[in-house]
Amino acid sequence: MGPLIPNGVIPIEWDSIIAILIGIVFGFILEASGFSSSRKLAGVFYGYDFAVLKVFFTAAVVSLIGLYYMDYLGYLDITQLYVHPLYLWGAIIGGIIMGAGFVAGGFCPGTSLCAVAIGKIDAMIYVVGIMIGVFIFSELFPILEPIYNGYFYGNITLQDSLGINPYWAVFIFSIIAIIAFVISDMVRKKQKKIFY
Amino acid sequence: MKNDKKQKNRHVYWNPYFGGFLFGILILFTFYLTGRGLGASGAMKSSVVSIVDSVSPTHAENNAYYSKFIEEDKSPMDTWLVFETLGVLIGAFISGGLSGRISWRVQHSPKITSKRRLVFALGGGVLFGLGAQIARGCTSGAALSGMAVLSTGGFVTMLAIFGSAYGFAYFFRKNWI
Repeated sequence: MGPLIPNGVIPIEWDSIIAILIGIVFGFILEASGFSSSRKLAGVFYGYDFAVLKVFFTAAVVSLIGLYYMDYLGYLDITQLYVHPLYLWGAIIGGIIMGAGFVAGGFCPGTSLCAVAIGKIDAMIYVVGIMIGVFIFSELFPILEPIYNGYFYGNITLQDSLGINPYWAVFIFSIIAIIAFVISDMVRKKQKKIFY
Repeated sequence: MKNDKKQKNRHVYWNPYFGGFLFGILILFTFYLTGRGLGASGAMKSSVVSIVDSVSPTHAENNAYYSKFIEEDKSPMDTWLVFETLGVLIGAFISGGLSGRISWRVQHSPKITSKRRLVFALGGGVLFGLGAQIARGCTSGAALSGMAVLSTGGFVTMLAIFGSAYGFAYFFRKNWI
C-alpha cells in the first residue's frame, strides 16, 4: 500500500538512494525534452515554442490521473501524500516574482540544473543568482516574514477550497489541458518562424 | 562524414507529449515511493544555509530563517532534495552527452551580446530565488507536484508564475526574439 517509504514497505535508508535515482531520471527527461535550452523555455511566452506548456500540462494530467487511479484501485492512499500548503499571499507574490525571474533568465531551478550539466555558463550564473536571491530573502526575513507565514489556509486541496468532487476536477483539468494543446498549435502556426 | 552526423543530432529533442508523459509517470512514481513530489529550489536553499552556517555560525543561528534548517548533528545539505539535485545533474549530463550537446557556451539570441545574456541570467536568478522562498517552492516543487495532488497552493503558485511571466514577457522580448 503506497506511499511506500512512509508506510515502511521500503526501509528509510533507501531514501537518499531513491532520491538520486529519481533525480537522474528527472534530469534525463528534462534535458532530452530540450529543457536545458533557455531559448526553448522562453518560447512559450512569445509563441514560438510551446514545449513548456505541453510537457507541463501533460505531466500534470498524467500524474494527477495516475495518482487518483492508483488511489481508486487501492494501491495508494492519497490522503497520505504531501499537499503543498496554501499561504495565499506568499504564493501570489512569490509566484509573480518567480514569473519575472523566469522570463528574464529563461530558466527555473530544475531546468537551470540541466543546463549547468551540459556546460551552459548562463545557467551557472543563473544558479548563482538563485543562491543570491535566497540569501537576500534570508537577510530580509524579518521584513518578509508576514508574507511568508501569513494567510495560511492549511495543506488544502481543490476539493476543500472549491467544494467539488476531485474526479470532476481531474476531468475538467484534463479538458483544459487538451484545449490548451490545440490552441498552442494554432498559435504556433501563425507565429513567424524563429530559429534558435 | 562523422562530424556531419554529430552536428545533425545535436538539437533533436523528444516529442514534448512523450517527455511530458514520462515526466508524469516519474512524478507518480515519486509520490508512490516517498509520499512527496519532486523539487529543485530547495537544494539551492540548503546550499546557501550551509555556506552561511560555515562562514558565520552565530549569524546563521540568530537569523530566524537559516536557523529553521540547521540541526545539531545533521548538515543542512543532508536533505532529500540535495540528493535528488545531484541526480538531476547526472541525468542531464548523460542525456546531453548521448546527444552531443555538452560544451561550454553562453546560449543567447544572436540579437544580444553574451554579456547582456549573463546580466539577465543573474538578475533572473536573483528574482527567482527570492520568489521561490516566498512561495515555498518553484515550478517543479510547488506548481507541478502541487497540481498532481490538486493542491490549491500549487495551482495558485502555477497561475501566478505563468501569469506574471506572460505579463513581463513584453519587457524582456529583446532578449529572446
